[in-house]
Amino acid sequence: MIPAQFDYVRAESAEEAISLVGQHGDESKFIAGGHSLLPLMKLRLAQPSVLIDIGRLTDLSYIREEGDQIAIGALTRHMDVENSTLLTEHAPLLAHAAGHVGDPQVRHRGTIGGSIAHADPASDLPATTLAMGATYVAQGPNGRREIPAADFYKSFLESDLAADEMLVEIRVPKMTGAGWSFQKFNRRAQDWAIVGVAAWRSNGSSGVGLVNMGSVPILASSVSAALSGGASVSDAAEQATAESDPQSDLNASVEYRKHLAKVLTRRALEQASE
Amino acid sequence: MTVTDNMATSDASIAAGNGVLGQRMLRKEDPALLTGEAIFTNDMKVPGALHLAVLRSPHAHARIASVDVSGALAIDGVHSAYSGADLADAWAGPMPCAWPVTDDMKNPTHFPLAVGKAAYVGDGVACVLATSDAIAHDALEAIDVEYEPLPAVIDLEAALSDDVIIHDDLGTNVSYTWPLLIEENEGDCQKAIDESAFVVTERYIQQRLIPMAMEPRAVVAMPQPFGGDMTLYSATQVPHILKVMTALTLGIPEHQMRVVCPAVGGGFGSKLNVYAEELLCVHLARTLGTPVRWNEDRSENAQATIHGRGQIQDIELAADENGKITGLRVRLIGDMGAYLQLVTPGVPLLGAFLYGGVYEIPKAFDFSCTSVFTTMTPTDAYRGAGRPEATYAIEHAMDALARKMDIDPLELRRRNFIPKDAFPYEAFTGLVYDSGDHDNAATVAEGLLDYGAMRARQAEQNVEGSTKRLGIGVSTYFEMCGLAPSRVLASLNYSAGGWESATVRVLPTSKIQVVTGTAPHGQGHETAWSMIAADKFGVDPADVDVLHSDTAIAPLGLDTYGSRSLPVGGVAIGMACDKVLDKARKIAAHQMEANEEDLGFAGGMFSVSGSPDKEMPLAAIAFEAFTAHNLPDGLEPNLEAQVTYDPPNFSWPFGTHMCAVEVDTETGQVDVLQYVAVDDCGNKVNPLIVDGQVHGGVIQGLAQALYEEARFDDDGNLLSSSLAEYLVPAASDVPPITLGESVTPSPTNALGVKGVGEAGTIGAAPCVMNAVVDALAGLGVPDVQMPASPLNVWNAIQQANKETSQ
Repeated sequence: MIPAQFDYVRAESAEEAISLVGQHGDESKFIAGGHSLLPLMKLRLAQPSVLIDIGRLTDLSYIREEGDQIAIGALTRHMDVENSTLLTEHAPLLAHAAGHVGDPQVRHRGTIGGSIAHADPASDLPATTLAMGATYVAQGPNGRREIPAADFYKSFLESDLAADEMLVEIRVPKMTGAGWSFQKFNRRAQDWAIVGVAAWRSNGSSGVGLVNMGSVPILASSVSAALSGGASVSDAAEQATAESDPQSDLNASVEYRKHLAKVLTRRALEQASE
Repeated sequence: MTVTDNMATSDASIAAGNGVLGQRMLRKEDPALLTGEAIFTNDMKVPGALHLAVLRSPHAHARIASVDVSGALAIDGVHSAYSGADLADAWAGPMPCAWPVTDDMKNPTHFPLAVGKAAYVGDGVACVLATSDAIAHDALEAIDVEYEPLPAVIDLEAALSDDVIIHDDLGTNVSYTWPLLIEENEGDCQKAIDESAFVVTERYIQQRLIPMAMEPRAVVAMPQPFGGDMTLYSATQVPHILKVMTALTLGIPEHQMRVVCPAVGGGFGSKLNVYAEELLCVHLARTLGTPVRWNEDRSENAQATIHGRGQIQDIELAADENGKITGLRVRLIGDMGAYLQLVTPGVPLLGAFLYGGVYEIPKAFDFSCTSVFTTMTPTDAYRGAGRPEATYAIEHAMDALARKMDIDPLELRRRNFIPKDAFPYEAFTGLVYDSGDHDNAATVAEGLLDYGAMRARQAEQNVEGSTKRLGIGVSTYFEMCGLAPSRVLASLNYSAGGWESATVRVLPTSKIQVVTGTAPHGQGHETAWSMIAADKFGVDPADVDVLHSDTAIAPLGLDTYGSRSLPVGGVAIGMACDKVLDKARKIAAHQMEANEEDLGFAGGMFSVSGSPDKEMPLAAIAFEAFTAHNLPDGLEPNLEAQVTYDPPNFSWPFGTHMCAVEVDTETGQVDVLQYVAVDDCGNKVNPLIVDGQVHGGVIQGLAQALYEEARFDDDGNLLSSSLAEYLVPAASDVPPITLGESVTPSPTNALGVKGVGEAGTIGAAPCVMNAVVDALAGLGVPDVQMPASPLNVWNAIQQANKETSQ
């Protein structure tokens, strides 16, 4: 429970953070809320030699309307995402899912950018923003670029971010009035989902994201395709595992996880169709 | 209030004195705990202390070919490092086991650091002393240990087969077999099973649990600069036992050992032990003449602090055509883990006497326990220790019997209850249950759950195709606690007694000191004990100070476990108060020139009956006793008395728990809708504390039923070693709990009290599991493996579906 030795530097701006990571290279890590990184460090599963603290880049903490999108700064705490009136009106699925991350302490410290950059398939927000067709904005030494969520998650805990890039913004499309549902199945309120489903439906379109159903967050495109093709909710839900490749662990076998994904997708679609 | 006929033998009602007893007083301890003012062992500032860190085996079973600590020694800030072999000569004896349950029990030699072989993942193989905890942990990574891995032994039946022997010199993995056969005539049990109208044969697995006290263990060993005295500060439940055992194991003269427990954050039995790190710290501090400290981290706590439960139970329960129990056979396999810790082998014995539950059982009882070594963390006492397991078996089997007979499980229980007028009741085991009123406890619970209406709702809800099935759970229990009459312990081969000591002194200014041998670690003894004394002396509890948990201040004691503190230690305090009052009365009579028999004492004031102007407050007597200017001839100065009380019997709390659960058959999720607990612990000193004990106990039992399990892989690695995988339920996961009232005083002690620390845990696991199976029985599910996790429930439903479709 004592991390290995590391150095600590605090960045005062995104530019400085990026230059610091360039300076310290592969052995350095950004730290924002620290709620994914610190536990790994305490177990010595992660041993970065330098932590670059971006936790005070308050100019990256915002939620604002930008045309038909809502832009969320990467340093925005889960608590602020959960309670945002803008999101509650235009993207309630995201606000609601943020309210299911960890427990209140975690939601006060953890950030949306940290959660997405960590790319944990068992986290709630990667799959939720993926289902919503979000765009992530990364900043590197040569400026900013946009990455569609569907192209972002490469493998377990690996994203498209280059070593000297920092996630700075998450953009989600407005879904005002769409039906939505977030089904998080776990044993204790504060746990990661055994399986989670984020879903929305609107005017014949839909999106379904699966939490903890593979090495990356899963976009269940087959479900949406089935719905577009006129399938019933329960028939479409049977397609939930087409893209997934879940693992077994203490809480679930592969078979059970697949079964849960179908049940929860059906329930999510039913709720989103109400 | 239910008062048994035997109450007449009890000379004090709980409400006797100034009305303090029975009040829901807030706990004195809490402001310091809640504001962070309380000092736990790891909070102590110890200048110059060296920090100990222990390198633990990553293999469940391996020969230690070599240990090279030179890499650690090369690190800045490292003081020294040792292998098990380096310290082999330090120990005057092996780690202690105080309960050799049979004469031929096998007990492997066990030292604080393993020599030659590591026997579980977490077994200490080397240690480092450094100037900081962080450096000590870094240095562990620089120690080079060469292991020759051997096969792990995880399965209890595989352990029994002796295919892989863990402790070579023992020649077997079996530690002992302990039988308890009670028959009127030889063969009565078999006859009952052969000839009774109904027999259920069941196998239950008590999964391993991790006690997970909120405060992990912590140790500071502080040598005195001159004279060789040693003070051991430890997060322990047992300072007195620890003092004796440390002295013996390290060859330190006992009068030079002092053990102090600063604030201790929970134990649940896990701190009822003598641990390697305590002995390492004391030995190294003594050798080096420098304070040595150790702080356990959470992962170490999961691996290297004892586990609980871990039994396979085979039970055969026979009953006649009316459901009246005719015989009972139990076979246990007990998982000892890699070594025997302080009371490891005794845990199944503590349950052996409770397989009859609250029922009239004929002498047709055949119990036997075979305990085996495995390559896992040692097990030992965990909240309830043997008694929750026993209660689970009989109560879960009663439900199986009710299903077989197709009668209501509550009705089946009622047909077997020991009737109220039979107490004190000599049970089939020869033990005497002090008092009980099972029908009343069941009736109160029945009312609170609205049992009849709930059954009606169940019939309506559990129709074919329903995916939300309702289940109702009932469980009853009798608990053998208040450990314990010393002679009974002797008959079970336990190495110590079961008495408790109390000293009560009234200071010259009439403030009161109570010195107790109990060692609270969250129970609220300071509050409860001051209420007992305040009631006796007619003073405010704020004027009573309770001293404890320091063997120099409270040299006599047997500590806190087994729900013993109130029925043994608290009763001793009441008796010591009475002794002090007897002396005060002599002084008062002398001062007021009256006969002792004519003196009354109320509200802290002695008065002479018939002479309303003659009175003298306790404060004045205390000062007279102190100045000793005018005492009766031959009377010693000061007001102080010491009592050592050996209880004549265990205390026997009992109760009924009921709950309603809803099972989502699509996901396997169990939702506890309502929970009702009626726990009768006799008179209550502080009902607020009693409620807290029951709440915590129920949640811990519910945690076994639904959440917690120490899981190992085939190689003996603990998979649930952090709080992310070991699912201790949080406040948000706990259902509403309704507590019902039933008070049946114990006739065996003057306060009429029984223990309550373990009761909730004992009632809760079978209650919840009975409800889960009750919900699913209609689908053909015969049982569900604990914990009834969504996965286990879903698997049980799939299995039943497969069998129905075949």
